[in-house]
Amino acid sequence: MAKRERLSGNEAAAIALRQINPDVFPAFPITPSTEIPEYFSKFVADGLVDTEFIPVESEHSSMSAALGAEAAGARSLTATSSCGMALMWEELYVAASDRLPLMLALVNRALSGPININCDHSDSMGARDAGWIQLYAESNQEVYDNFVMAYRIAEHKDVRLPIMVCQDGFITSHAVQNMELLEDEEVKNFVGEYEPEHYLLNSKESMAVGPYGVSNYYMESKYAQVVAMENAKKVAVDVMNEFSKMSGRQYGLFEEYRLEDAEYAIVLIGSAAGTAKDAIDRFREEGKKVGLLKIRFFRPFPGEEIAKALSKVKAIGLMDRAESFSTQGGPVGSETLAALHRAGNTAKTIEYMYGLGGRDIKVEDFWKVFDELEEATETGNNPSGYRYIGLRE
Amino acid sequence: MALEAKNITEKSKWHEITEGNQIWEPATSKHFNTGEWAKDQPVFIEEKCTQCLLCTPVCPDSAIPVKDMKRLDFDYDHCKGCGICVKACPFSAITMEGVK
Repeated sequence: MAKRERLSGNEAAAIALRQINPDVFPAFPITPSTEIPEYFSKFVADGLVDTEFIPVESEHSSMSAALGAEAAGARSLTATSSCGMALMWEELYVAASDRLPLMLALVNRALSGPININCDHSDSMGARDAGWIQLYAESNQEVYDNFVMAYRIAEHKDVRLPIMVCQDGFITSHAVQNMELLEDEEVKNFVGEYEPEHYLLNSKESMAVGPYGVSNYYMESKYAQVVAMENAKKVAVDVMNEFSKMSGRQYGLFEEYRLEDAEYAIVLIGSAAGTAKDAIDRFREEGKKVGLLKIRFFRPFPGEEIAKALSKVKAIGLMDRAESFSTQGGPVGSETLAALHRAGNTAKTIEYMYGLGGRDIKVEDFWKVFDELEEATETGNNPSGYRYIGLRE
Repeated sequence: MALEAKNITEKSKWHEITEGNQIWEPATSKHFNTGEWAKDQPVFIEEKCTQCLLCTPVCPDSAIPVKDMKRLDFDYDHCKGCGICVKACPFSAITMEGVK
């Protein structure tokens, strides 16, 4: 039986983790992710979990301890945001290349500078090439559900990659929403025990993790990671379908919202999707055919599937919440464009930057985007360059 | 698929290498002839040796084999030529001179 609750995204994450009962959780506090280990350490103190909780001296240490524990055979995780993730940069790559399926609870926050504690995706987008699965959420419910599903995807024998479960700092992490929780037993049975085939604490087998990969082995190792990432797509879909049977909530690699007959579409990631849906509903009432494609998995990037979903639209707004300084847009823009190009889709596109450092994006902003897409299509002008939305000009 | 270290070589395809290059067995260093790295290697002068065995435990590459409590000649396949054994020998029974 599902339980109705009203929780912040951080609380929901901590509760999911209590239900998962991981083995090792090293953590160092940083806004806005601090509450996740804070709530969790209370569960530890109250004896509600068996987890070894390790307060460490930095994020470099938290990720090192988490991946060390994972190599030892423990189901482990850590949590962080922004500069905290920057300090664990090297270990992110180590965790992925050593094929250690640990979890990072990442609460997205702008990575300095100027110094800022609010939401954008510059932290996780900076680490998009580290070899981690990246899963994003729109709502607190989706945050909770993603945590419940994450280990099943990461630990699958065809994947064995670390997973970053991302949510928007302060927007989902601190705002309280109504949501449904699963029963403890349901989560426990769904997630199951972690039983790696090879692990350091196995007394019956000697093992070395992370040996030097000379040039003659390096590319083969990297390609194996790519194949595992490709496998993660199917595994994720299977896990999400299984989750749907238990919870009644169906997820995909991305979500399509009123996209079926849409002429104009936007593509984005995270909590802004909620505002976009509201903008779309109101535009639809006026008879405008507009829709949304919300990316949930940015890694692996479901390029082929996205291109297919966008095959009928006339123009697309590609909206990023992380500046890349390519002067052409952000990562969502460039990767979606590459996928569209590969699929031979010649829909007009405009690349937008929004919501940096916690800047609000409003319903009116989305209307402006749709208006610009419509104008570009009707005038036949191919829009060039990319633009900021919500900027004082 | 046998993913034993001895079968993994520079000719192995990507799927013939362990996940994350992990090694799932002990003592695999013997498969690698680290002696090839040496510029100079030590020489064992048997007539000066008293078999005190001070040299064997200091060798970082276990390249001084011992049999029946007596050290044998160097395992040049694995000796990297660091010269620590030369310093450890009190009887000048090991020298780096005259070899390449």
